[in-house]
Amino acid sequence: MLVYSLKRLLLACLVVLTVSGITFILTNAAIDPAKALAGDSASAADIDAIRKAYGFDRPLPVQYFDWLGSALIGEFGESVRMRRPVATLLLERLPVTMSLGACALAFALLLSIPLGVVAALKPNSAVDRVALSLSVLGQALPTFWFALMMIILFGVILRWLPISGSDTWLHFVMPAIALGYYATPAFMRLTRAGMIEVLASDYIRTARAKGLRPPTVLFKHALRNAVIPVVSLAAVQFGFMLGGSVVIETIFALHGVGFLAWESISRSDIPVVQAIVLLISLFYIVLTLLADLLNAYLDPRIRVA
Amino acid sequence: MAAPATFDAGRLAPERALALGPVALLRRRIFGHRSLMLGIVVLGLMLAMGLLAYFIAPHDPYAQSLASRRFPPIWHAWIWDDPKAGWNNVLGTDKVGRDYLSRLIYGARISLLIGFATMVISGLIGTTLGVLAGYFGGRVDMVVTFLVTTRLSMPVVLVALAVVALFGSSLEMVILVLGFLLWDRFAVVMRSVTMQARDLDYVTAARAIGCSTPYIIVREIMPNIVNSLVVVATVEMANAILLEAALSFLGLGVQPPLPSWGLMLSEAKEDMFFSPWMITLPGICLFMLVLSINLLGDGVRDVTAPEGRN
Amino acid sequence: MSAILEVRDLRVEIPIATGTLVPVRGVSFQVERGKTLCIVGESGCGKSLTSLAIMNLLPKRAKRTAGQLALAGADLQGVDERAMADLRGNKMAMIFQEPMTSLNPAYTIGNQLEEAYLRHRRATRAEARERAVYLLEKVGITAAGSRLRQYPHQLSGGLRQRVMIAMALMCGPDLIIADEPTTALDVTIQAQILHLLASLQREFHMGVMLITHDLGIVARVADRVAVMYAGEIVETGTVHEVFASPLHPYTQGLLRCIPVPGKTRRGEHLGSIPGVVPALFGEATQCSFANRCPHAMPACTAAPIPLTAIGADRAYRCVLPVEACVANQARAVAA
Repeated sequence: MLVYSLKRLLLACLVVLTVSGITFILTNAAIDPAKALAGDSASAADIDAIRKAYGFDRPLPVQYFDWLGSALIGEFGESVRMRRPVATLLLERLPVTMSLGACALAFALLLSIPLGVVAALKPNSAVDRVALSLSVLGQALPTFWFALMMIILFGVILRWLPISGSDTWLHFVMPAIALGYYATPAFMRLTRAGMIEVLASDYIRTARAKGLRPPTVLFKHALRNAVIPVVSLAAVQFGFMLGGSVVIETIFALHGVGFLAWESISRSDIPVVQAIVLLISLFYIVLTLLADLLNAYLDPRIRVA
Repeated sequence: MAAPATFDAGRLAPERALALGPVALLRRRIFGHRSLMLGIVVLGLMLAMGLLAYFIAPHDPYAQSLASRRFPPIWHAWIWDDPKAGWNNVLGTDKVGRDYLSRLIYGARISLLIGFATMVISGLIGTTLGVLAGYFGGRVDMVVTFLVTTRLSMPVVLVALAVVALFGSSLEMVILVLGFLLWDRFAVVMRSVTMQARDLDYVTAARAIGCSTPYIIVREIMPNIVNSLVVVATVEMANAILLEAALSFLGLGVQPPLPSWGLMLSEAKEDMFFSPWMITLPGICLFMLVLSINLLGDGVRDVTAPEGRN
Repeated sequence: MSAILEVRDLRVEIPIATGTLVPVRGVSFQVERGKTLCIVGESGCGKSLTSLAIMNLLPKRAKRTAGQLALAGADLQGVDERAMADLRGNKMAMIFQEPMTSLNPAYTIGNQLEEAYLRHRRATRAEARERAVYLLEKVGITAAGSRLRQYPHQLSGGLRQRVMIAMALMCGPDLIIADEPTTALDVTIQAQILHLLASLQREFHMGVMLITHDLGIVARVADRVAVMYAGEIVETGTVHEVFASPLHPYTQGLLRCIPVPGKTRRGEHLGSIPGVVPALFGEATQCSFANRCPHAMPACTAAPIPLTAIGADRAYRCVLPVEACVANQARAVAA
């Protein structure tokens, strides 16, 4: 177990290193950071001066390890556009994105697990067919278009919900749905398949032979085992949602990390872009590690192995 | 509980099913699969629309007309008696007066092109990696697993946006970026399918009689994994189409004046409150195309592995 | 009245696309308090479904009907699912074939043992735990207190089956139905488990219905035997009667399949019954064993054969009179 954990950790570190390397090289290959920093009106001499002052004239590997070293202690440099430390910017924006991701995940799970359970209880019934059809339709719906349609319907025609900003929890309803619904089909199918398999298992028959009440059989004995794979998928999906929040935050003008990313990308604010890509990769890796831990907690068989 | 297992034997009337040849049986499964048929028909129509856009489209998709800006579609004439709506521009016009129907028709071309090209690039990368990892295992497998993990930890939308923004956005760039980002599922699925195929008895037999590795991979392994390959390919094609639309919508994908559906949505954004149909129509096209591809993929999976349907 | 379980004309129907399967057709028997009834038959003969039908645990599609179905004199047929659940694990308990998969992997042994007790008794957790420890010791598990905190995957198959038995005993049931409880276990463990079941039965004075395909087990533990074939009981009697003078050709054939130490010569073929079990569609129109029977005659296929009672607790299902059956067996043994 210890060897396995260490291997996992080592792999995680390697992945972070690689991602940071790719990000760094790509961004540096595309844009001369000195030019970007100097602005459009700068002369060649100015750019040269900046290049020397910021150390952009050093070899790329040196610059990379320099950058990585400061990144490790939370120093991501300064935003070119806003002239503020990137770390501060991220810390300001992170709560919004995290709450959006959490709401989206909660929405997806609260919708898909009950649907999956109901579908599994009566496979091929009307409910099952409707749920499966919905999941097929949902999977084909472009996220941003769905968001726009919701804005038109709930924001403009019905005027139930605010369409931009992040002041109240109401502002998070539509973005969370738009970000979360895309994950529901996968959750639902996994819950359904898991439940169908578990409900046919011997230990469910044992539970029924003990005279346990149907809710106990269903929730204590069946669901607990059926949702184990859903949990690991949920952790991974949460990582994807943080990455996917770019589109949703842009549409709803939610001032989170995604919106910041889009602003920075469209204005070539390299330090910010680098930091965000690295941050979200890091989140993803931590989340997958977390998923493994959660799995071990839920499934005692893994715990010992 | 050994007894109930035998009860399913009569359900499929195996005698009758066996009487048909494998091809006839497959044909019957395909035609009997309603959602697969729907997928094939809709995708076929979209394909025809894209290929024959030049002949079908009533107008030049790029021709602007200041006199006919923001004309609503024909049903506005029927319902609200809108005098601007008419048969000349059945689905109306956009903010610079280009015919919406023609742009939608040409848009199918771009979506299909991007979906297909991305699928080919990512499929080549992912399948190669996956098959190698699955066949050789050990160190190769470790390296591929590492690559897949790395790739998965990079947020697709963000990286695609950043790369396209930094290196300049164009159709080719979008295809390249997406192709190099969407190979992970190919690798994962191909790896596991190859692993299963590698241990099949006749593959072992081929190795035992001394067939070369490339020969075994191409002749013995590939036929076993082609079904899964098709399924993953449809998933990734749909994925690529949705991503292109999202990138173009954010203004960092295909560049104007190309009639990409995502770009049309982006251009219509400012009119969405007054002319909602400008937003609705390209979205429906996207939805139909992606749906048809997904139905095709699900159908292929069902038809080739009918026992694994649940 | 000492019968703890009375079953008369039990029938199970399963509708399928091409008709109706009747895997259990008109089965009748009794289980007495403190006695063991063995139901013997090959796989697919309907013995497992019979037990599930009594517990009302049949698959959803299956339909159960019966002339009479009573536990300790109380009717089980008109009873709704809720009241049935009150009886299951309480008055009647079941032990299954697969100890490896019959326990929930996600919960500790203790949790799963206590749960049954808490469901049927007004008891505290502590009382339930005490009962669980007591019974684990009864089924021969050492260090019972610490076992309670273990998960099923940490136990061997034999131990798990002991846990299953303890679980069945939690509420002190009148009837235990054991569906091939030792099939999945090693031969040495099998003997231990059977021995354990028998001693617990004596101690708690329970009726046991044991389902098996192993005649060796029957000979060791049964008081009475019911031989099932193709969904019907073809012969019943005390274990002594059935083993000493089997009447039905199927029983005779089954008994010839067992090697007898000292009598069966090395290299000699054991008996086997040629042919296959008929499909269990629709109603019987003839003797279901006729296609495999060495003594088949026109009368066998003319009409379904009724169960003929001889004496109070012996019956067989064959057109031949008793004497002819006995003579057949004598001839076969001599050969």
